[in-house]
Amino acid sequence: MNYSLIGSISLSLLMARWKQTLVAAIGVTFSITMFIALLSFMSGLNRMLDGLIINRTPHIRLYNEIRPSDVQPIDRAVQFKDHYNFIHSIRPKNERLEIYNSGAIIQQLRKDPRVLGVAPKVTTQVFYTVGPIEMTGVINGIEVEEEDRLFLFRDYVTEGNYIDLKNIPNSIILGKGAAETMLTNLGDLIQVTTSKGERVQLKVVGYFQSEIQDIDKVQSYASVQTAQKLLGESRNYVTDIQVKLKDLNIAPVLAKEFRQLFEVEAVDVQTANSQFETGTSIRTLISYAVGITLLIVAGFGIYNILNMMIYEKMDSIAILKATGFSGKDVNRIFISIALSIGIFGGLLGLAFGFGLAYLIDQVPFVTAALPTITTYPVDYNPRIYFIGGAFSLVTTYLAGYLPSRKASKIDPVIIIRGK
Amino acid sequence: MNKKLLEAVNISKYFLDPVHLQVLKKINFSIFEGEFVSIMGKSGCGKSTLLYILSTMDTDYEGDLLIDGTSMRNKKEAELARVRNEKIGFVFQFHYLLNEFSVLRNVMLPGLKLGRYSEEELESHAYEKLRILGIEKEAVKKPNQLSGGEKQRVAIARAMINNPIIIMGDEPTGNLDKKNGEIVYNIFKELADVYNQSLLIVTHDNEFASKTNRIIEMEDGQIINA
Repeated sequence: MNYSLIGSISLSLLMARWKQTLVAAIGVTFSITMFIALLSFMSGLNRMLDGLIINRTPHIRLYNEIRPSDVQPIDRAVQFKDHYNFIHSIRPKNERLEIYNSGAIIQQLRKDPRVLGVAPKVTTQVFYTVGPIEMTGVINGIEVEEEDRLFLFRDYVTEGNYIDLKNIPNSIILGKGAAETMLTNLGDLIQVTTSKGERVQLKVVGYFQSEIQDIDKVQSYASVQTAQKLLGESRNYVTDIQVKLKDLNIAPVLAKEFRQLFEVEAVDVQTANSQFETGTSIRTLISYAVGITLLIVAGFGIYNILNMMIYEKMDSIAILKATGFSGKDVNRIFISIALSIGIFGGLLGLAFGFGLAYLIDQVPFVTAALPTITTYPVDYNPRIYFIGGAFSLVTTYLAGYLPSRKASKIDPVIIIRGK
Repeated sequence: MNKKLLEAVNISKYFLDPVHLQVLKKINFSIFEGEFVSIMGKSGCGKSTLLYILSTMDTDYEGDLLIDGTSMRNKKEAELARVRNEKIGFVFQFHYLLNEFSVLRNVMLPGLKLGRYSEEELESHAYEKLRILGIEKEAVKKPNQLSGGEKQRVAIARAMINNPIIIMGDEPTGNLDKKNGEIVYNIFKELADVYNQSLLIVTHDNEFASKTNRIIEMEDGQIINA
């Protein structure tokens, strides 16, 4: 098969109608540009929103929960084994929030090759005392360095130095909202009443700003040791073990494994934030739908132009067939016209799409809720470009398929006789 | 006896639309190497229909057609295209040159499709054909810059490029004035006499037909005088 011959015929037919061809190619370019820009932006946005949660949330959280026993005594009784037992007024069993044997669990987890890091945490309820007013709050006792390594703690400390939390004893990093209510400055001492009724003074070394205001009004951070002291517990007292994994996707499986292995509650990030996953996938779905619609519209443009071309070039097709070109050759000629529109328009579209995404990336985007974001988020994932390129080829091929088939079926006799 | 190039065996053809009509009624004849044959007949006698069957472009017929000793029945579309490419040259009433290509390229196209010679060799072959027809000066022009007679001569050059065993023409002088018609006839004559080229020309022009070696007269779908 002589491909260069087919190519040169295609090219000359293309050039004979170059204006229409250009319009068709611009259609493809435009749709690919929009497809790339839209998806880059949408994907960037998704990644940012996911990051809000995923970066700060442990992939698996181990904790104890106050709840009724799974197995009630009657379930253990042999004589009622085959019965369905109704029990009224079940109460949760008296259980401490402490994780038993936390030191051994943490050691074990750190040895696990699937685990990226482990950060223990002590959570305790307190009252912030401001003169006569008491406000409820939660102090998270954290291992500062691990927390920063695994959950980017320093990104959310907007004022003060996060490491002071470790270096200065009895220090606290207040939530921005709580600090504003209490009218404190850095370096001030604040008074905190623990759940046991003790009053403790803590030094403010920083402000913490998550992107959720309700959290900032309530939550504060201290070191693990400070929190243990507040509670009057020993150095082993830990209420949460936060685990970050190397592979996020195995979290649900591992959570189940840990639950059985350590006999504690274990919740994975997917279960804890399922609404986020749903939001992400629906946003992705919508942007793909819009992008693909654009491409299909461009495909119809190509279809129209090829159809017109075939009517116009009916005689040429007939004489090609009369002088020995087979239907297959004619088919190839028109498919290659369609594909070259697709490739040319598609490549330009990919370039323009990258340009547009880059421009979006430069637009300032400042919001109080997102201190780490300064411009619109854009994802330059090559996958988007690959999908865009592949789709431009597929749509143009499909748009060329029907007209090409029609051209290949043209009977030379009809036209030659018709003159 | 010369070699038999083309043989029609009991060829019949029906048109079903608008009414059932038998246009060709058991046509039998042969064409031999080096013959200059014309098919004559009134309008509607079926001569063009017959030519399209003989040219393998129309496959909807009864009977059999042998070209160069091979039956054309049951051949696939691509195989028939190959036969047309290799063994048959066409000259139609209208020239059907592709305006997107130069004259030279137009002549070369069937040769490029056949792929027997390289592009350079084909170019020199095409020049040679154009020279035989006296229009080698127009080679680089586009077809729409030529006169009607010149275009028809380019079409003849294109028909000759693959050295076909037979050139078929459908009213090749029908669109031309007397002078140009004369030129085209003389070219055919020269091809037949000098180059021993076989020709099969359909025409309703008595004068043209009378000058050919052999006249096949048709009437009402039958050959009345071979």
